[in-house]
Order: sequence, then structure tokens, then C-alpha cells
Amino acid sequence: MLKLMKIALRNLLRYHRRTLLTASLIAIGVTFVLVFISASGAFKNLMIGQITDSMLGHIQVHRRGYMASIDSLPLNLNLEPGAMNKLEEALASTPGITAVSQRIKFPGMLSNFMETTNIRINGVYPERETTAVPLLPGRVKKGSPQLREGELFVPELLAAGMKLKVGDPVVIIATNRDGSVNGRQFKVGAVIESVTGPGGRDGYMHIEDAREVLRMETLEISEVTLRVQNFSKLNETAEQLRANLSGETDKQGRPLFDVRTWEDLSPFSNVARMIDVMSFFIRLMLIAIVLVAVMNVMIMAVFERIREIGTIAAIGTKPGRILSLFLIEGLLLGIFGTGAGILLAGMATFVINAANISFNFGRQVGLVLSPRLEPGQILIVAAIVILVSTAAALQPAFRASRMEPVDALRHV
Amino acid sequence: MSLIVTQDICKTYRTGEVAVEALKSVSFTIEPKSFVSFVGPSGSGKTTLLNLIGCLDRPTSGTLEVAGIHISRLNRKKAAAFRGSHLGFIFQDFNLIPVLSVYENVEYPLLMVQNIPGSERRKRVLHMLDAVGMTDQKDKYPDHISGGQKQRVAVARALVTKPPLILADEPTANLDSQTAFKVIDLMHHMRDEFGATFVFSTHDRKIVRSVETIYSLTDGRINTHASLSSQGGNDA
Ligand SMILES: Nc1ncnc2c1ncn2[C@@H]1O[C@H](COP(=O)(O)OP(=O)(O)O)[C@@H](O)[C@H]1O
Ligand SMILES: [Mg+2]
Repeated sequence: MLKLMKIALRNLLRYHRRTLLTASLIAIGVTFVLVFISASGAFKNLMIGQITDSMLGHIQVHRRGYMASIDSLPLNLNLEPGAMNKLEEALASTPGITAVSQRIKFPGMLSNFMETTNIRINGVYPERETTAVPLLPGRVKKGSPQLREGELFVPELLAAGMKLKVGDPVVIIATNRDGSVNGRQFKVGAVIESVTGPGGRDGYMHIEDAREVLRMETLEISEVTLRVQNFSKLNETAEQLRANLSGETDKQGRPLFDVRTWEDLSPFSNVARMIDVMSFFIRLMLIAIVLVAVMNVMIMAVFERIREIGTIAAIGTKPGRILSLFLIEGLLLGIFGTGAGILLAGMATFVINAANISFNFGRQVGLVLSPRLEPGQILIVAAIVILVSTAAALQPAFRASRMEPVDALRHV
Repeated sequence: MSLIVTQDICKTYRTGEVAVEALKSVSFTIEPKSFVSFVGPSGSGKTTLLNLIGCLDRPTSGTLEVAGIHISRLNRKKAAAFRGSHLGFIFQDFNLIPVLSVYENVEYPLLMVQNIPGSERRKRVLHMLDAVGMTDQKDKYPDHISGGQKQRVAVARALVTKPPLILADEPTANLDSQTAFKVIDLMHHMRDEFGATFVFSTHDRKIVRSVETIYSLTDGRINTHASLSSQGGNDA
């Protein structure tokens, strides 16, 4: 093997310009793919992180049917204490969940005594909410990130429209479950950054305040938001939870709970899927480039060395050895190209990180793209490229090994 | 036992409609340790004949036995193995491997064909290089040595596996006559030193002065056969 490697290497160096060209082509392809994968992956993860950690959470549990009418935040589809107990039990027996936050959601009217606008209120336990969606305090633009009873977090969008400042008194008016209307005065505790999409009008108050506004005797929860320990195992965790809840049914025998991951809840999951599809096709393109480049150069190599092949065959070199000789040339081309490509990709991501490229996505401004080369990704791309370049050498190598020495020796 | 026994060998090349009878019923025997030449003009069938003996091609009819083996019945792999163990080749165009040094070219059959271990290999290569007088050029590459030197390396490469038979198709055709004589002398000398049988072809009658057995080929037939028991200018 080593001796074949030496000869193959020297043959590659003999046509150094061509070898360099082919290896560079592979290297550029590998660089491009790795940078694309790491940059798009970084973008994707950044966006997912933004979305899940600032509001959505990783997994949400509702009463079945709630999501269908989420726009009206119906109070009659909340989870009563009995259902909540069952959910707590199921959560306790589902490993990998690190945070649970219960929310009461309801539509309300926000008044500054001059004008009134619609607001969507989330009544939360502040500590639980910030462990489930850790970016929430970071969204506070003005005021204290600590949500206290009697205070309201107002989204920027509404605060600007109503000219509200931290400390201003406001009134929240809401329709209770029985149809009566109730109102209560609050103090603006903070102005928070609005998130993109639905949720731009979401404000926060303490869950006890929400109960009071809604005149809720027993605690009824609209939404339970979960955070998992290992994001890459999100779907397994969700499945496990679904399984643990599968026994819980309503009076009609239909499942009581509805467990959804962020992918079911955010439109960005389509963008994320799009990115995955794109990186798949880019990998496919790389394979095509490597295949064509290596095959081309190996066909040329075999053609140019027909007499040499005839000579070594005449001397008694076994066909298998001749085959290996050319396969190894393809393999080495792949290894050189990949090695150089990985180095280049490393430098490129370093440059991108150093350049601190920031971008805006919807309302989120100043997001910094920080691509990272994942060892797993590098390994996969390297394995694909090296495998493909060896496979590309297969046909020419096979032809070389099947050559009749007489014909090959006669070749001029 | 004779090293080569041929009986009524015919070889017909077919290219489309035309058939060329390159060999027409050729029979001869060659004894071990002999020094044999086939002489004939271009197109007389020398290459065809040596390719058959060299197990590189198969006769259309007739029997062909080398070292007691009916070589025309061997498959590709067995034929390669037979060539690797029993034969040495010297080519008209030297056919050294350009990416290997002189030393590595001689080493090639031991390394890639016979899988001889390192120390033994080194000993034999150095011995052969010494025998052909190329020791001081051993690290040069084929591009940097003369034609005569290349053919010396080729002789060493052919002999290094200690085959009973060396085949050389017009080994001197690309050399000037001075160098050609030297190469023939070297081959002759090697036959004496290593006891291998040398069979070579040439179109140049002048070159065969030291050859013991000469077969004259014309139009695919052997027409004369001369054996010289001692060196002499007796042209057959
Ligand atoms: N592969 C081939 N296909 C067709 N004809 C061939 C082939 N090889 C040799 N011949 C013909 O066979 C005859 C003998 O050729 P060859 O053995 O090469 O002669 P020599 O080596 O003495 O010049 C020539 O007429 C040549 O044209
Ligand atoms: Mg010829």
C-alpha cells in the first residue's frame, strides 16, 4: 500500500500543474460548502435561538383545540387544576426538561387615559418565565428587567404608539370568562423589544395580577412553555412527553393535550428547512464537481500512461495492483483537495468572525453572524469528497487494469 | 528439457475484413542458458513471435510451451503471475518508469511483482546495478541518463528476479551501433554470469556477431537456422 502510495504520489507530482488545478478545484468546492454550511448553520441557530429564547420556548403544551383559536386567546380552553396536575406528572417523568413556565394568556385593552389599544397579555411567574425563555430580560429596552406585581411590560410597538414611559400609569381592561368586564390600574415596569411576527403586541404581567384582572377563582393555565436540556434531542423529548400524555383524554375520549415544538409554532421553521435543503443541494453540487474533475484528470492520466501500463503489466504486475495504483491517485487528489479546502474554510470562517458581520432580521437588529466549523460537518464533507474522488477514479483505473499488455505496449 | 518448445505456431491478425498471417507454422526449440536471436526485416513477425513466447498474446493455432508450461492456456491473472516469475523483458524503447529512479526501476519487479522483503531486495538490486555498471547512477531518473544507460538499467530490471528466460524485442533499435554492440555484449555477459536464456530480435544482421543461435525470419516463416558453437563471423 505504502509503495503504491509513493508511486501514485510521484505520478501526481509529475503532472503537478494539472494536479494542482484539480486539487484547487476540489479545495474551492470544499471551502465553499464548509463556509456555507457553517454560516447558514450559524444563521439558523442564531435565529432559532432568538425565536425560542425570547418568547416561544422549545416546546409548548396547550389544551387540544387552543392552537386553532389562538388568535382570540380563548379563556374557555385553558387547563384546569386537574389537567395541570396530570401534566405536571407527565413532565416529571419526561427526562431532559430543564424549565417549565405556566402562562395565562388573554386579550385586553390598554389605556393611558387618553386612548386605548389592543394588547395581548401573558400572565407569568417571572422566575419560571426567564428560565424557560432566557432572552426575555434582554428584551427590556427601558426600565427594570425584574417583573414585579402591579407592573406591566409593554411592547415597544405599543409604547411608542401610546407615548408610554416607564413608570406611567395605565389601565388594563379584560373580558372575563363569564362575559363581564374588569379593569385594573398598572404601572409601566418596562418597555420591551417587540418580537417579529405574531407576538409583537405581547405584554407581560405577574400571573397573580392576571388572575385578579380575570377574576379567576381557580388557576387556569392557557399555555405551558418548556425548555429542554439538549436542543438536538428536542423531537425525542417532545415524543416522550406526548407518549406520557397519551393516556389523558377528555370526556369525548379525545386526547386532552396538544404538545408542539417551536417548529410547529414558528414560521421560521420553513426558512430553517429551506436552509437545510439548500445545503443538501450544495453538497450534491460539490459531489458533481469532484466527480467530474477527478474523473477527467484520471481518464487523461490513464490515456497518457498507456505504454507505462503495458510495461508494468508485461513485467507481471497483477491487474489488481494496477487498479489500486490509479485508485490511490484519485484518493490522494481527494485528500489534498479536502485538506486544503478545510484549511481555507478555517481561514474564511476566522475572517468572517473577525469581521463581526452583523445583520438585521425583521425587528431584530445587530445580530452577529458567528459561523463555526463543526468537526462533525468537516468529517462528513471530507468523507464524501474523498470517497467520491476515489470512486471517480474507479472507471479509469478499471480500464487501465483490464488493458491487454500487447495493445498497451504497441500504443504510441 | 528444452526451455521453449513450439510446434506449428500460427498467428493471424484480423482487423475487420483483412486477415494478416503474421506467423505461418513456426516450430523450434530453445535450450536453457542459450543466447538466441531472431533476425528479420520489419514486418517479418519478430514482435509477434516474442509476444507469444512472452505470454503477452496467444497463438491462433499450434502449441507453445515455456519452462514446461502450456502458456497459451493461462488466463490473464495466471499469465501475469507467470511473466512475473519466469520472464524478464527488455524493450526497444527501454520503457523505464519515469517517476522512479534507476535504483527504484530495478527494484520494481521485486517490490511490486514478487514482494521480496527489504534487505534481500536491496542486496539484489545493488548487485544487479553493479553487474550492469550503473551503481554510480542509481539515484538518477530515466530522463537524465543516456539511451545506452537506460538499456543497461532495463537489463538489470529484467534479470533482478532471476528469471530463466529474458525476452528482448529489438533492444538495440534505438541505439547507435557502438552502444548497440555494448548492450549485446552486456546481455551475453549476463547470460554467462546468471545463466539465464536470452532470446532477442533484431532487424540488423550486423549486431548478431556474438550470437550462438540465429533464426532468420521472413514473412512469418523461419527460413534458416544457424548455430555457432564458438564465436565467429559465420553469417547464416
Ligand atoms: N495487432 C496487429 N494487428 C494487425 N496486424 C498486425 C498486428 N501486429 C502485427 N501485425 C502485422 O503482422 C506482421 C508482423 O508484424 P510484427 O510481428 O510486428 O513484425 P516485426 O516485429 O518483425 O516488424 C506485419 O505485417 C504487421 O503489419
Ligand atoms: Mg517489431
